[in-house]
Amino acid sequence: MFELASAAVEGALAAGATYADARVVVARTESLSAQNGEVESVDRSAEAGIGVRALYGSSWGFAAVAELTTTDARRAGERAAAIARASARVPGTPMPLASLPPVQAEYRTPVAEDPFAVPLGEKCDLLVALTNAMLEEPDVQLARASMAFWETEKWFASSDGSRIHQVLVDSGGGMDATAISGSETQRRSYPQAFGQYETGGYEVVRGFDLPANTGWVASEAAALLTAPACPAGTTDLILDGSQLALQIHESVGHAIELDRILGWEAAFAGTSFLPLGELGTLRYGSDLMRITADATIPGGLGTFGFDDEGTPAQRVDIVREGTWVGVLSGRDSAAVAGVSPGGMVRADGYGHLPMVRMTNVGLLPGPDEADSLEAIVADTREGVYLHTNRSWSIDDKRLNFQFGCEAAWEVRDGQLGRLLRNPIYTGITPRFWGSLDRLAGPAQWRCWGVPNCGKGQPMQVARTGHGASPARFRNVRVGVSA
Amino acid sequence: MSADQGNGPTNTTFDEGRLVELAERALAAVPSGAEAVVRVDAVRHSLTRFANSRIHQNVSDERVAISVTVARNGRPANAATNRTDADGLAAVVADAADAAAVVPVDPTWAGVASRASTEPTGHWDQATVDADPDTRAALVAAFVAAGGSGQEAAGYCDTAAYLSVVATTDGQQATDRTSRATVDGIFLGSAEGGYTPAGYGHATSYRVADLDGADVGTSAADGAAAAVGAGEIEPGEYEVVLMPECVAEMLTFLGAYGFNAKSVQEGQSFVELGATTFDPAVTLVDDVFDPRSIGLGVDGEGTPTQRVTLVDGGTCTALVHDRRTAARAGVTSSGHGSADSGAWGPMPGSLVLGQGTATVADLVGGVKRGLLVTCFNYCRVLDPKTVGVTGLTRNGTFLIEDGRVVAPVTNLRFTQSMVEALAPGRVLGVGASARLADCEWGPGRVVAPALRLASWRFTGGAAG
Repeated sequence: MFELASAAVEGALAAGATYADARVVVARTESLSAQNGEVESVDRSAEAGIGVRALYGSSWGFAAVAELTTTDARRAGERAAAIARASARVPGTPMPLASLPPVQAEYRTPVAEDPFAVPLGEKCDLLVALTNAMLEEPDVQLARASMAFWETEKWFASSDGSRIHQVLVDSGGGMDATAISGSETQRRSYPQAFGQYETGGYEVVRGFDLPANTGWVASEAAALLTAPACPAGTTDLILDGSQLALQIHESVGHAIELDRILGWEAAFAGTSFLPLGELGTLRYGSDLMRITADATIPGGLGTFGFDDEGTPAQRVDIVREGTWVGVLSGRDSAAVAGVSPGGMVRADGYGHLPMVRMTNVGLLPGPDEADSLEAIVADTREGVYLHTNRSWSIDDKRLNFQFGCEAAWEVRDGQLGRLLRNPIYTGITPRFWGSLDRLAGPAQWRCWGVPNCGKGQPMQVARTGHGASPARFRNVRVGVSA
Repeated sequence: MSADQGNGPTNTTFDEGRLVELAERALAAVPSGAEAVVRVDAVRHSLTRFANSRIHQNVSDERVAISVTVARNGRPANAATNRTDADGLAAVVADAADAAAVVPVDPTWAGVASRASTEPTGHWDQATVDADPDTRAALVAAFVAAGGSGQEAAGYCDTAAYLSVVATTDGQQATDRTSRATVDGIFLGSAEGGYTPAGYGHATSYRVADLDGADVGTSAADGAAAAVGAGEIEPGEYEVVLMPECVAEMLTFLGAYGFNAKSVQEGQSFVELGATTFDPAVTLVDDVFDPRSIGLGVDGEGTPTQRVTLVDGGTCTALVHDRRTAARAGVTSSGHGSADSGAWGPMPGSLVLGQGTATVADLVGGVKRGLLVTCFNYCRVLDPKTVGVTGLTRNGTFLIEDGRVVAPVTNLRFTQSMVEALAPGRVLGVGASARLADCEWGPGRVVAPALRLASWRFTGGAAG
């Protein structure tokens, strides 16, 4: 396959590109879902193709073909260069690229149990059994369970001389129960909303122990139907790790993407409230806030060996004791901004142009090994504890956000109290992170996966990871509903 | 300009005869006694992206995708591939058939479509299919040139073409094709603290020749100029004039969560057929045959796509169906199925809201005190049954007083039920000009006018 990638690169260079790289991608997926005791869908897909990227002046050109022949690969390279040349009608200054030593390397996701080798019937039986178990709760009208697996094999070659072969495997799934009564619809999910995904094989799914968790998922969904609404007001907010992971994704992960900061995503995804000139000095949050982008975390959904520019996976400090110190970057954006490339450029399949994507952007656990959710609750006189994401929305500068969660519990005098429905909280990013004052320690830290991060035009979907442990934020606005 | 300069190695991508042959060969590989649907989709998509007033990304992808549903004794499974050689065809059919042999029986399986004639939508323009990077760059250049001093442009121009062949083991074989071209972008002014003035322009058609980059750019540039000097306004209930992009966003949520027959059958939809849920000014159809629409006259299951009146003068009159929901309801499919609709349900894809008689100036002229909103941003559903949605305003929000736009304001967060917003008595005016408007689900899905609504609930501003 390296011959095909090399042919594409040579085609682009011969057509005038100043730099080119190409990826031959062979990918397969399997996804299954069940609802109310029946298998709802079983989908398998296989895809192969070549994507080639050519730099000419101020613009990238990109072309993709499905035909895996040397002739087609070379011609794709030529087209990528021709497309880039057409950009000269609306030119800018030439795009610089941060230098990168050539790499010859191989990487494979560690897999204990090949998810594609597990019999389909076994997977279906599990999903059906989960939904049947949740339906035992009379108020549950919709019981759903799903799982999905991806295997992506890539051969990368660049005009810098890199040759990298990788095999990445992602696995996961989850379940949810929905209770409906009149105009009220309530849902509970496990391990988190939309499922939990990690790099690895079927051992990831087995590790969730889904059958052991159907009971509380169903009964809490039913209980929410008659639970009081989360009252509106300003109070102390405790978030579970999975909700905090999405908070990190939206209010940190996207905000630190260098392409957004530079305005390259302005029209669609938006920009960022972070001015590049304040890198190293801007206060993002409290001293407890320590964020890293780490593509080397075992099992993290944003873990790999090399990004789609051939940059090695690495750990980069993003926020150090509350101060913004790092960005997510690629070779072009890093060179423009004068920072080191962080190996954070990935593409969705062979047919898309690689772009800056989150790896595992997470909050390091609190410094006190003994700190825990239980200790945080015990230390809270009045507040609410919110669990599992239900909705998310944030503005185009990543400042003004609103999240809804599936369930909440009131907290009074250090004790969890009544279950509350429809909890929502809102805030402004740096003010919110500045109010972080308690953070559970390593024992309750987990790298949560987001399997559906959308960005770019054409839209690309990436799988990203976000480490988090339960945390408390002071004086947060809670409880605004439609 | 030549089609070959950037758009594609093959002249066979849209060779209908070749695609039909692929479908027939796939069907021939289906095990005896099994039912099957084969979809062969040819896609060409090229996109030129600009930011900071220059083109920075330029991409082109062309592919043929084959997806197969095989059902054995009521046990269906799907498989897909982009390999069109003999081995690829055999593998994709075997993948689906092998899976169908072991999955449990699906009681909702409604069989495959039988022979039925389909009507082409006619939304195909060869010049759009053949559009090259220079064509797109010229449109971008015209957009960028419309900007004023200190304004920076960002956006995209793309051209796309889709040809779909659907064939079933029960004798259906249908083909249709559609093209699309879009210019979409913003101008940004100089930042004012945490606020950056922005204006927006958008045009979509199945004909690239219909697009006027300068006109779209002028709209965005004028909007950005008008948005300079915005002040904050207290959140609360405001009368609003919503421009077409906002209306398109509302309608896509109502369509996906409300008029989706699966949602209704699961008890998650607000729709009660025969109920007057909306204002009499609301008439909503899903009509891929509208001359302004973009789309195909056959769905992913092989059923002819029908024009469906969802709301007639405020009364909910129909749902969109795929074969499963139709069988359960005892009706025929409206041709809104897809390979994914087993899980997500049938979706309207060509919504058209009936237009009125008012200009935007008329709509604004009737408002004592309210807000004019250009676009919504990052809308998410809080409650599916009321279609309660939170989101933000974007690309220009303006205060209206005594029938005139008097000042720009900074972006606001809203939390609003889309059903309630269009309830009887709440629609105070409907724009005379309806066009294909963009939404977060992509361009080319909704034909919408501007609307004047009695109330919209803004729940937060820049201060939180």
